Amino acid sequence: MTTSSPALELRRVNKWFGAVHANKDISLSVGRGTIHGIIGENGAGKSTLMSIVYGFYQADEGEILVNGSPYQIDNPQASIAAGIGMVHQHFMLVDTFTVLENIILGVEGSARLAGGLEHARAELARLEKEYSLEVDVDAVVGDLPVGIRQRVEILKALYRGAEILILDEPTGVLTPQEADHLFRILNTLREQGKTVILITHKLREIMAITDNVSVMRRGEMVAHVATKDTDREKLAELMVGRSVLLRVEKDDAQPAETVMSMRHVRYLDRDGVSRLKDINLDIKAGEILGIAGVSGNGQSELMEILGGTLRPSEGQIIYKGEDITNSANFNARDLRKIGLGHVPEDRHRSGLVLSFSAYENTILGYHDRPEYNKGTTLDNSSMIAHCEKHIEKFDVRPTDPTLKASGFSGGNQQKLVLAREMEQDPDILLVGQPTRGVDIGAIEFIHQQLIQMRDAGKAILVVSVEIDEVMSLADRIAVMFDGAIVGELDAKDATETKLGLMMAGVKEGVEA
Amino acid sequence: MSDTSVKFGSPAKVPAWVNLVLVPLVNLLAAFLLSGVVILIIGDNPLQAMEVLIYGAFGYEEALGYTLYYTTNFIFTGLAVAIAFHCGLFNIGAEGQAMIGGLGVGLVALYLDVLPFALVVPIAILAAALFGGFWAAVPAYLQAKRGSHIVITTIMFNFIAASVLTYLLVEVLIAPGGQSPESREFAEHTWLPFFHNFLPLPETPLNISFIFALLLCVGFYYLMWHTRWGYEIRVTGQNETAAKYAGISPARNIILAMIISGALAGFVGVNEILGVHHRLILEFTGGFGFVGIAVALMGRNHPVGIFLAALLFGALYQGGSELAFEMKNINREMVIVIQGLIILFSGALEHMFRPTIENFFKKRSSSAAVEA
Repeated sequence: MTTSSPALELRRVNKWFGAVHANKDISLSVGRGTIHGIIGENGAGKSTLMSIVYGFYQADEGEILVNGSPYQIDNPQASIAAGIGMVHQHFMLVDTFTVLENIILGVEGSARLAGGLEHARAELARLEKEYSLEVDVDAVVGDLPVGIRQRVEILKALYRGAEILILDEPTGVLTPQEADHLFRILNTLREQGKTVILITHKLREIMAITDNVSVMRRGEMVAHVATKDTDREKLAELMVGRSVLLRVEKDDAQPAETVMSMRHVRYLDRDGVSRLKDINLDIKAGEILGIAGVSGNGQSELMEILGGTLRPSEGQIIYKGEDITNSANFNARDLRKIGLGHVPEDRHRSGLVLSFSAYENTILGYHDRPEYNKGTTLDNSSMIAHCEKHIEKFDVRPTDPTLKASGFSGGNQQKLVLAREMEQDPDILLVGQPTRGVDIGAIEFIHQQLIQMRDAGKAILVVSVEIDEVMSLADRIAVMFDGAIVGELDAKDATETKLGLMMAGVKEGVEA
Repeated sequence: MSDTSVKFGSPAKVPAWVNLVLVPLVNLLAAFLLSGVVILIIGDNPLQAMEVLIYGAFGYEEALGYTLYYTTNFIFTGLAVAIAFHCGLFNIGAEGQAMIGGLGVGLVALYLDVLPFALVVPIAILAAALFGGFWAAVPAYLQAKRGSHIVITTIMFNFIAASVLTYLLVEVLIAPGGQSPESREFAEHTWLPFFHNFLPLPETPLNISFIFALLLCVGFYYLMWHTRWGYEIRVTGQNETAAKYAGISPARNIILAMIISGALAGFVGVNEILGVHHRLILEFTGGFGFVGIAVALMGRNHPVGIFLAALLFGALYQGGSELAFEMKNINREMVIVIQGLIILFSGALEHMFRPTIENFFKKRSSSAAVEA
């Protein structure tokens, strides 16, 4: 093993998925003992590239070198043997097992567990000390917070002898404080000579932690730079291929009457677990109300109740001054008729039927409207005409209304959903994760559309786990933690630290 | 293996005819090849068998009549399974729904035969739909509201249907003084006209139910792709969460789709009971309900495909009986083996050749495509 050779080197790697050239001539060199960021928009090919390194996919062309010698990586086992570990965006842990059991899963050592468990316990104690990764190895994974589960994933990789650790969008589910903790762990790993590859689309993280950064765009590596020689604006420009506005430009809000509000709303799920606790919210015309919080703290339930797909267990929903909680109108279909638009958090699961064409998705939720029906027959030409209008106005590409929704990129799918909901000219728009998985270029566009709508006097509720997004888009911010609103503040008074603490449940909210 | 494998990259374009025509044909060819090997092993000439089969199904007017008569049943059950598929449901119960549908037909023909043809036949058809629909509605309700899996409940309902029919025919509806479990013959004015009644054709069981089946194919297409009700059913089947989000009630659509499914299956009773046997008998459903699953799969749940697949299975049924009759080593059971192989390749192993064929076309299109 020569110390001069890079820990991981890729030479002219190519990968096709059918006609899609997902990775084009990728060359990459990651120095040992460094943190190397890979940044790029969704669909730029980052995940594909790392899946090749980890053995989920095979490259169609090109070489992978680990510590200077070529490696044939056909499956994750080969990758682990080469000393590569991966922490996936969605954790691969068995919730009902303890930390220890999860870590030895697949490397038990023998048919009898006892020996393997003892060996693992000793080895883990050493790893924990070396890398300051404190975890209670006997805790059941399902009981642990996400930040800790991520540490379990890291331990799992280290236990398997990983020298190179790949983290795929690791901070997506973390509070800013948890993210900081993760970065401290990564720093320790670097000090101990491990190599870390960080895949992300968040510029802030790249600037905060990496030594070098590689930028991908449309399947190609467009730049390799030392982090200290660059800045956020330059990286964003490299990612998108043109200069972008990172902050939303808007005038002060002119809040008017309350359009929709929640009064003492509680929600118990089927198992009787309290998901929403005494929620009080007012969504006002001409204002964007942002809901910040780590995902899974009740935001989804909140959106579903406002959207009419869930019924609150207690409390009132007031719409335009009328208590509709027990009204026959309180369902997703009728709420749309009286002026509510809803862009759901998860466009794949809720917002679109991926196997349907774009124009069939144009009428989702509005399919019984007269403009789409001629008597009993659905009016295909009207559906297509509306879809074409949406495509043009929201600059969706490709411009083919008969293309299946699954054939559009994330950003364009989101534009299709936004267009459908906004073009009905609702009085109130609920938007969940407006820009999740959306390219930077499209983010700018979507934000502008939302601001325009606000300025036209509409009420808007934005739920986002991206703290930057809430801060720049919202006029008023409510923070959710564990099913409750921890506090509400004016966006002007919000700082990342303040919101971060509230997102972790610290009640320090300044009443707006 | 991981979610990354489905997440990334939009699918490459494969020409539509590959999925619609080529893949089913390859499956069929594989089934015939394997059948050929089996026929060879038992000591007959596969090519000669093929000839007998095709001649026996299409070779002369009488054969064609029988083939289309079987096809009628397969269209009914194929459409029945297909509409459930469109709603994301696996209706294994078409067999039982057909039995109960036939029971409805029989009751009308037995007890309302004071009415003239123009009334009794529409009422019998309606009864087939209502009885079949009801038999599907119970599992549908249990699935939609109680989460009992529809595959399990529809299978169980097949057994219940068979027992109910047996009980009624043995204890209640049996012809006075009769020795076998069947009802008296219906009054002649309730019978559906045979094709040979009004066309210069030899005598076959083919009756006007065939025309009814073809009309249902058109109706099915219109309902599924050109009405908001079909749209709701398809949204529910493709993405239940999206349906809820759009204000479409999955429970309502599950029940609706299953009622239509059961009604379609029930029409087997119209063809068999009112069209052919003219009395209520046991086991008139002859496995048509189960083969309907293969018909729907092979026909890709589209009426045109279902018609073609139904024709294929109709030809196999008719040509198969001819085969058993003509060839010395091939008996009835051997024919069922051949049918089984086709069901296996076009139903259960439907996706065996697909990836290879699709990849071939994807590679071709990718080498031709200019990078966007």
